[in-house]
Amino acid sequence: MTLLPHHTLSAETLLFRRRLWLAWGIVLVCFLGLIARFAYIQVYQHAHFQNLAENNRTAILPIPPHRGTIIDRNGVILAHNYPAYVLEVTPSKVNNLQETLKKLGELIEITPKDHRKFKTLMEESKGYEALPLRTRLTPEETARFLVQRFRFPGVEINVRPLRNYPHGEIAAHLMGYIGRINKKDQERIESELSTANYKGTDHIGKIGLEASYESVLHGQSGFEEVEVDASGYIVRSIRRHPPIPGKTLHLTLDFNLQKLAEESFTSQNGALVALDPRNGEILALVSRPSFDPNLFVEGIDPQNWNILNTSEDKPLLNRAIRGAYPPGSTYKPFLALMALETHKRSPYASIADPGYFILPGSKHRFRDDVPGGHGMVDMHRSIVVSCDTYYYRLAADLDIDNVYEFMTQLDFGKKTGIDIPGELDGTLPSRAWKAKRYSKGTELQRRWFLGDNISIGIGQGYNAFTPIQLVHALTILLNNGAVYTPHAVRSIDTLQTGQIDPTPDTPIRRVPFKANNIQIIKNALVDVTQHGTASKVFDHASYTAGGKTGTAQVFSLKGNKYQAHSVHETLRDHAWFIAYAPAEKPQIAIAVFVENGGFGAQAAAPIARKLFDAALKSPSKNLSESKPLPTLGHHESSTPTHD
Amino acid sequence: MNLRRPRMTDSRIGAALYKFSYKLDPVLLGIAFMFTILGLFVLYSASETNITRPLAQLMNYILAFTCLWCTTYLPPNLLKRFAIPLYLLGIVLLIGVYFFGDVSKGARRWLNIGVMRIQPSEIMKIALPLSLAWLFDHQQNEINFKTFTLAIIMMLVPGLLILKQPDLGTTILVFSSGFYILFFAGLPWKIISAVIATIGAAAPFLWHTLHDYQRKRIMVLLDPSEDPLGAGYHIIQANIALGSGGTVGKGWLNGSQTHLDFLPEKHTDFIFAVFGEEFGLIGAIVLVLLYFALISRGLFIARYASSLFERLLASAITLSFFTYAIVNMGMVSGILPVVGVPLPFISYGGTALVTLFLGIGILMSIHANKKLMANT
Repeated sequence: MTLLPHHTLSAETLLFRRRLWLAWGIVLVCFLGLIARFAYIQVYQHAHFQNLAENNRTAILPIPPHRGTIIDRNGVILAHNYPAYVLEVTPSKVNNLQETLKKLGELIEITPKDHRKFKTLMEESKGYEALPLRTRLTPEETARFLVQRFRFPGVEINVRPLRNYPHGEIAAHLMGYIGRINKKDQERIESELSTANYKGTDHIGKIGLEASYESVLHGQSGFEEVEVDASGYIVRSIRRHPPIPGKTLHLTLDFNLQKLAEESFTSQNGALVALDPRNGEILALVSRPSFDPNLFVEGIDPQNWNILNTSEDKPLLNRAIRGAYPPGSTYKPFLALMALETHKRSPYASIADPGYFILPGSKHRFRDDVPGGHGMVDMHRSIVVSCDTYYYRLAADLDIDNVYEFMTQLDFGKKTGIDIPGELDGTLPSRAWKAKRYSKGTELQRRWFLGDNISIGIGQGYNAFTPIQLVHALTILLNNGAVYTPHAVRSIDTLQTGQIDPTPDTPIRRVPFKANNIQIIKNALVDVTQHGTASKVFDHASYTAGGKTGTAQVFSLKGNKYQAHSVHETLRDHAWFIAYAPAEKPQIAIAVFVENGGFGAQAAAPIARKLFDAALKSPSKNLSESKPLPTLGHHESSTPTHD
Repeated sequence: MNLRRPRMTDSRIGAALYKFSYKLDPVLLGIAFMFTILGLFVLYSASETNITRPLAQLMNYILAFTCLWCTTYLPPNLLKRFAIPLYLLGIVLLIGVYFFGDVSKGARRWLNIGVMRIQPSEIMKIALPLSLAWLFDHQQNEINFKTFTLAIIMMLVPGLLILKQPDLGTTILVFSSGFYILFFAGLPWKIISAVIATIGAAAPFLWHTLHDYQRKRIMVLLDPSEDPLGAGYHIIQANIALGSGGTVGKGWLNGSQTHLDFLPEKHTDFIFAVFGEEFGLIGAIVLVLLYFALISRGLFIARYASSLFERLLASAITLSFFTYAIVNMGMVSGILPVVGVPLPFISYGGTALVTLFLGIGILMSIHANKKLMANT
């Protein structure tokens, strides 16, 4: 097929020259069109635009929306805005900044802390925006400044809505905070949000719910078209397009429960996550120590920042979702479930526990915490008394890659998908994981050994999970395999229209566990609080709970007996407790983690008891109505010497 | 012109000067100088009479002129040899951007190659017309359907990669330069009209492939008051600036829109609004005439170029100056949507300036080559 009729050079040249003329003609026509457009705007409409530009200069002023309120499930306000007088300085409009600040200081009290904050803000800003020097001016201070205002070009007092977290430290890790928009936030606005919508906004959610629900909380910016005179003062308003305030975040959080949980930690570090297993709602999420989010709103001063940032207790670390720790014995019920599901163990088969386990072909003794052992132990008892030997043996019979596959179904080693940013994956080891982890090491370091399995059996070794992962896995078990995404927001409410957008609470997927197998594990978990390692803690409870204690070693004792008092506090074992109640129809599931707390039953379980009592709100059983003595032999004393 | 040259060579200094400049085309050089003067003056005004930015731009102009001068010494045959390697390099870098590019302002356009950050789409502006001109030149005795198909594929690969960044402005520039080559190589009218019809029919579908902000810009063109804080703001303010400039303008440094900070991007994409406000319709016409002179001279050079390669390259480069000018001025005056295309030879920014001057350098080289051929 020939598209060109002529192939001689001259024919092609002729075609080329014809098209050259045509192109030149098109260029000419387009340019003439452009000039016609210029003439239309610049001559025909000149008067109109002249008017707009010279006599009635209009300016578009953005009106930032009010940020949405955050309330707990019962309507307790957790974050809101209140109007306050703010003394603002626009550095680019001030001739001598040092002098101005000095003179302002004579009029209004400006603390060194305010100065430091202002300096930090200046370093971050572009210079032409108004920066707050002092917030919460008293009416008297405001009046004093206003009469002297003429002396201070570039300084203004404005009424601004200030964000306030009335309960300070409580739930700070979940709520997060807002702060002034910096360069990084600006990039986020440009890529995910809308630059136009943030024209008048100074603050943005930095972490927690404030960050993840930024687009909902922020609202829609409005604008006002105003007339300004030649010197830029507003003469009159031409039209106003009001802003649409941000929506209200109605949380699933129960503030009373949250407060109780935070207080229960007293001075100990740790984390707690309480979920409603029926839908994945977060009832409480604690990470101790906490911090006061109000410090961040107007820019944190360097002194406070240093304290928070360098403290060994890491108050800014959200342990509930970003702290990954070995789960200790709380891992045992999940391993037991795996043994049942994969037919590696019959629930009725017992072992004789001599108090230690030796891997065939090796000499190392993996010790149980009861010297001499627990005697005859079946699966039920292995959970109730937390028998290590049972799980050493089980782990030796399992293949780590199968464990990986099974535990992935329970979302171990994966983000649970909670609606606040920054969640960690944790570590669910496998052969591939170890090879990758030690990719720079020797062949021996990269290979998975059967010995590595053994510590996995009691939740030690390479395992590391976040508190939310543990309670999430527990709820999957409680729900017979139905998986809900943990979430802190119950609904997004629009106050103006009364519209309520609830978070869907249907399971995102189902793991096909056998109901019989789940029941065996549940029975054992209930027995833990009745006759097992946590029975003392749940003495006289008005409900039946299920749970599992755990103690995670921070460092290896190399065969020596662990004695808490002889070990430095930061090397002491971590205490774990996972639990749920009521046993028949669970309404609350919890994971409690106490950093260096020692035994799970001693340090972590009492916190869960307090929370369950409060959540289920029934008075404790009459103390005189004493429970029958536990019938299970030597651990009846329930002293938390082991878990 | 014939009288001047012997005069120059009479003295030794004259001879030396001639040796270093005989390849420079005085017409194009004169136009480029006029752009430089205009550009620096209007940038000074747009920068609130702060000298820092005009000085930086002066350095850009010096760099660009140096590049131009060096390019005139690259004979077209050498350019021809570089065409495909340069094109392939451009593709590799664009793929690099796709995977490893730096994100800035929501777009992935830059590639960090250790020593510096480069914008590979800029290379494509030269590499695509160069390689397409090479293709048609290479197959000039058997240009057929296959040639055009191959050429279109060569356009689509970089075009889509750049569109994906996203960078609509550069995509338009790269695509149009490719189209010009096809057009002058004799793309049949049947196909041209078929393509136009297809685009027209596919417009509703294309609408969905556009990014939200791009759609908004088109919507805003119809009614700028719809979004006065966002995209509409640019158009409203630019129109006020242009319109209030009137016939003769408010005079240099006297644009109130410019100086009261109403005008966004006034150093770069919207610099024409500053120009139009301060120099009025007369100034705008002079500027358009300058572009017209540049394009006419470029097409003249293409007309007398000595090979198909040179003809195609010269005409495509020349018309891409036209694309720049019409897209930018059309956008500022509110008849085309807002896309990031600078005002050629005037807008602040070194990369675009160097690319544009390289284009002029290539035109001069082609012109000098023709004269050489004619002399021998």
